Amino acid sequence: MPIIKVESLTHVYSRGTPFEKVAVDGIDLEIEKGEFVGIIGHTGSGKSTFIQHLNGLLSPDTGRVIIDGTDPASSKEAARDVRFKVGLVFQYPEYQLFEETVYRDIAFGPKNMGLNDAEIDEYVRRAAWFVGVPESLFESSPLELSGGQKRRVAIAGVIAMRPQVLILDEPTAGLDPAGRESILENICNYHQTTGATVLLVSHSMDDIARIASRLVVFSHGRVALDGAPADVFSHAGELKSMGLAVPQATEIALALKKRGVDIDESIYTINYLRKLLVSLRGEVGKC
Amino acid sequence: MLKNVTLGQYFPGDTPVHKLDPRTKLIFLIGYIVALFLAKNWASYALIFITLAAVSYTAHIKPKTLLSGLKPLLFIVVFTALINLLYGPGEPLYTFWIFRITRQGIHNAVFMVLRIMMLVCGTFMLTYTTSPLSLTDGLELLLNPLKKIKLPVHELSMMMSIALRFIPTLIEETDKIMSAQKARGAAFDTGKLTDRARALLPLLVPLFVGAFRRADELATAMECRCYHGGEGRTRMKQLRFAGIDFAAFALCALLIAAVCVLRHFGL
Repeated sequence: MPIIKVESLTHVYSRGTPFEKVAVDGIDLEIEKGEFVGIIGHTGSGKSTFIQHLNGLLSPDTGRVIIDGTDPASSKEAARDVRFKVGLVFQYPEYQLFEETVYRDIAFGPKNMGLNDAEIDEYVRRAAWFVGVPESLFESSPLELSGGQKRRVAIAGVIAMRPQVLILDEPTAGLDPAGRESILENICNYHQTTGATVLLVSHSMDDIARIASRLVVFSHGRVALDGAPADVFSHAGELKSMGLAVPQATEIALALKKRGVDIDESIYTINYLRKLLVSLRGEVGKC
Repeated sequence: MLKNVTLGQYFPGDTPVHKLDPRTKLIFLIGYIVALFLAKNWASYALIFITLAAVSYTAHIKPKTLLSGLKPLLFIVVFTALINLLYGPGEPLYTFWIFRITRQGIHNAVFMVLRIMMLVCGTFMLTYTTSPLSLTDGLELLLNPLKKIKLPVHELSMMMSIALRFIPTLIEETDKIMSAQKARGAAFDTGKLTDRARALLPLLVPLFVGAFRRADELATAMECRCYHGGEGRTRMKQLRFAGIDFAAFALCALLIAAVCVLRHFGL
């Protein structure tokens, strides 16, 4: 049974006013336990609205969302239940930090779950470890940390609930390259260690190409493409017409193909491209 | 959740009402309120109601929108009606405990409710059809004479436009933080009153931190563009009265005159 099952989901904002907008328009999607799904789409394509349905923050106008057998829209209790199963990290999550100390902020989620102190302590330390927040920071104020550290603490606050599904909306936006790299590594590590399902929303094709095993492309509130990264990136033209890019490696492969080099154009990682190029160079000899 | 707050919301449009000079609309609103408070009988209330209906029809504002804007005022309206109903002067029609219901009381209650509703709807017509920016522009120009008595008119209107400008931003931010904390299992709408008050902390702290950060950034941005108050400041959009504005003034004067006449001849 898929852990996330979405059936003809539609959501309209400000219905009946001049600002009416169909954000999500009839989406069907199934996600299996343990998948690492990358979600891409241009701004306003409905990604953010979609992911807020997955933990019951928004209720569908029509259609259904079933998380691990429960419909979060069925009752308040079900919604709360689903929220602990599906951890959602919003864009710029550091703006939600509020507690006096880092430790207490990370403990907010587990405390709401009704755990006892020993469990909370264990959950907090484990979550902090996952995102690389050292215990020496536990007693400092989250508002005094650097931008990258704040982001880590905020992500830890969601991971601390040990969700079966972790959804992250642009977790690396506005960070420096080293910060991006290490946060993505943390997420991969979490995925592999806990076997949780991860949904990652990102604008960076290169990041997403490297770590996701399945890609879902949103366009105008619908799912435009869905499949393995190689399949999705082989539709370079379509992606570009949706205002999206393809990874740099694909871009290079396409350009080479245009100039008559016989190369597989569905490659999407720099490493694979390098291997291919090296082998190509072997064929044509030294030049 | 907070999206249904319509107070002070602007609906862009291209109707004659939208095109009026903001000063005209402000003066018209003042005239309308004066007429409303002068009105004493059914005929004058009907006249004012027709004016309101005509303006909202011209501005393409649906009655439903106006009524939904009244929702937050329901308590005040009901409270006023009850007070007027239960403590009216004159001969009691019906008495129980300390309350006396009189003919005058019923009359007062109905008129008071109508007055409050039409008053609020009238001000809604202004904010629905005027962008906050042109509203404060109009206000600044109207208050300009008060500069003579050292009233910092420009600063006041700048503060007002900044405040108005940030209302939607703050609402949006509140929504976002609320969602984020709900995603961590916070419950805002269940539990005892004390629990609910405590549950607001995770919302208020980030909201205030954000508001101060924004204020700081805005001040820097304004200073970077050499803002130094209203002295010698020119505006991109010069306000000028046109024919339609004079027509509105005439209508306003007519309304007040008619209400005065009806008041004296008590129809």
